[in-house]
Amino acid sequence: MAFDKFWAWFHRMGSPKWFYEISGRWIPWFATATIVLLTVGAVWSLAFAPQDYQQGNSFRIIYIHVPAAILAQSIFFSMALCGAIGLIWKMKVADMVAKSCAPIGASMTFIALFTGAVWGKPTWGAWWVWDARLTSMLILLFLYFGVIALQSAFDSKQSAARASAILSLVGVVNIPIIKYSVEWWNTLHQPATFKLTEKPAMPMEMWLPLLIMVIGFYCFFATVLMMRTRNEILEREKRTQWVQGLLSK
Amino acid sequence: MYFDSFSEFLNMGGHGLYVWLAYGLTILLLVINFILPIRHKRKLQQEQARKLRREQQSQ
Amino acid sequence: MTEPVAMQTDSNAISSWRAFIGTFKRDLLLVFRRRSDIVNPLLFFTIAVTLFPLGISPDAVFLAQIAAGVLWVAALLATLLSLDSLFQQDMADGSLEQLVISPHPLAVLVLSKVLVHWLVTGLPLTLLAPLLAVMMFLPDAGFGTLFISLLLGTPTLSLIGAIGAALTVGLRRTGVLMTLLILPLYIPVLIFGTGAVISASQGMAVTGHLAILGALFLVALVSAPLAAGAALKISLNG
Repeated sequence: MAFDKFWAWFHRMGSPKWFYEISGRWIPWFATATIVLLTVGAVWSLAFAPQDYQQGNSFRIIYIHVPAAILAQSIFFSMALCGAIGLIWKMKVADMVAKSCAPIGASMTFIALFTGAVWGKPTWGAWWVWDARLTSMLILLFLYFGVIALQSAFDSKQSAARASAILSLVGVVNIPIIKYSVEWWNTLHQPATFKLTEKPAMPMEMWLPLLIMVIGFYCFFATVLMMRTRNEILEREKRTQWVQGLLSK
Repeated sequence: MYFDSFSEFLNMGGHGLYVWLAYGLTILLLVINFILPIRHKRKLQQEQARKLRREQQSQ
Repeated sequence: MTEPVAMQTDSNAISSWRAFIGTFKRDLLLVFRRRSDIVNPLLFFTIAVTLFPLGISPDAVFLAQIAAGVLWVAALLATLLSLDSLFQQDMADGSLEQLVISPHPLAVLVLSKVLVHWLVTGLPLTLLAPLLAVMMFLPDAGFGTLFISLLLGTPTLSLIGAIGAALTVGLRRTGVLMTLLILPLYIPVLIFGTGAVISASQGMAVTGHLAILGALFLVALVSAPLAAGAALKISLNG
């Protein structure tokens, strides 16, 4: 019974009009949640969380570096998942969601890279270190660029969506392999130096703001994803009557 | 509050540049990510309005 | 009911094998008529390797250190640049569409084309590499492993490359775009290929590296032709 309900919901999600309406209702809530969570999280992590006994206050960068890195990876997975749904069920909305994922994911990856590099300066004394985490983030950024470039190379939106769905699926298969090989390569070349974010036990007062920031980043992703997908719907369905009615308002 | 004074908060124990640089760029990128779709939507609406006007004129 | 179906799949299996051989022979013949496809990647490989001593330093000790990496990177780029020829010619003369609409599984036909591609680029590169390794002062202990690692790694490069070539075959300007898509995916092969040669030159065990290279090859062998086949269908429809 619950399964039937899920399928009914799944197929309704496939209708651009329905998605447009429901996301229009959700966006204000998600946007509010994003702003509240990120503000609380930022103030907490900047002003109230204790400093790290080893790294001092530069440790506060963890509160944006880790959420951005988590998002960077899970956005790639969502992109591939939506791409697969688009390929299998020929669902247009899934294609549009997958397309909207790419630029957000790329900016998250860039944030993770940039904050990692800035963090590296006081920690290692250099702006860039070939650390396993930073290197695999850099490669992830290349993968995002590949998907975006392929997306824009096609004239037909349908072919663009399918081709980039395949590329992101291939990318998803490769991400664990790349991560593993980069980690292995890293231990080979610089054994057991200090690694970013490898803290065995974080005290509660550090862990809680981090959790808030992670949830805030997820809400941010959901908000922007819906906004981008709505634009994509408007553009792709601009010949339908309901979109023309919406736009001429 | 973890810091004693506001200037200490800005200084971050000597790591102020790094912390504020990281947070600043993140906020900038998040805001850009927010603004781009809004501007895009406005552009779509303007295009549609122009198209409607053209159609009305030609009729 | 079951019997005819079984018979049908059986005859399909035979004809798929024939289709594989047929495509293989045809492609090989075509390549030997355009010999530049074989020679050019080798020339590129040689020239690219020559640039490193000129650009950095001809010092033997230093070159020995970077030899493994330089040879692997140059071989990787040479493979990458040769991928254009994989589907482009067939796209131009329309035979690619014939492949796609043929009743045989597209993955099998793609695999046959990839095999030809490897025979005319990956294999010659592997054979040429030890010669260039001499010029790069690779330690003697590394030669065998260099050869074996390239022998195991270059087929993976051809297989992964086929996905990129298939995704971009319908587009007008493909060169740089394909490089962008494929290079990040080549990184694991590069890491373990170079890692194997470096370990060998230092007199350490290399079976682990080679096993991983072999595993990467098997994963690519199973999945890449399917992905490339799906990509070809999309490229032709678009």
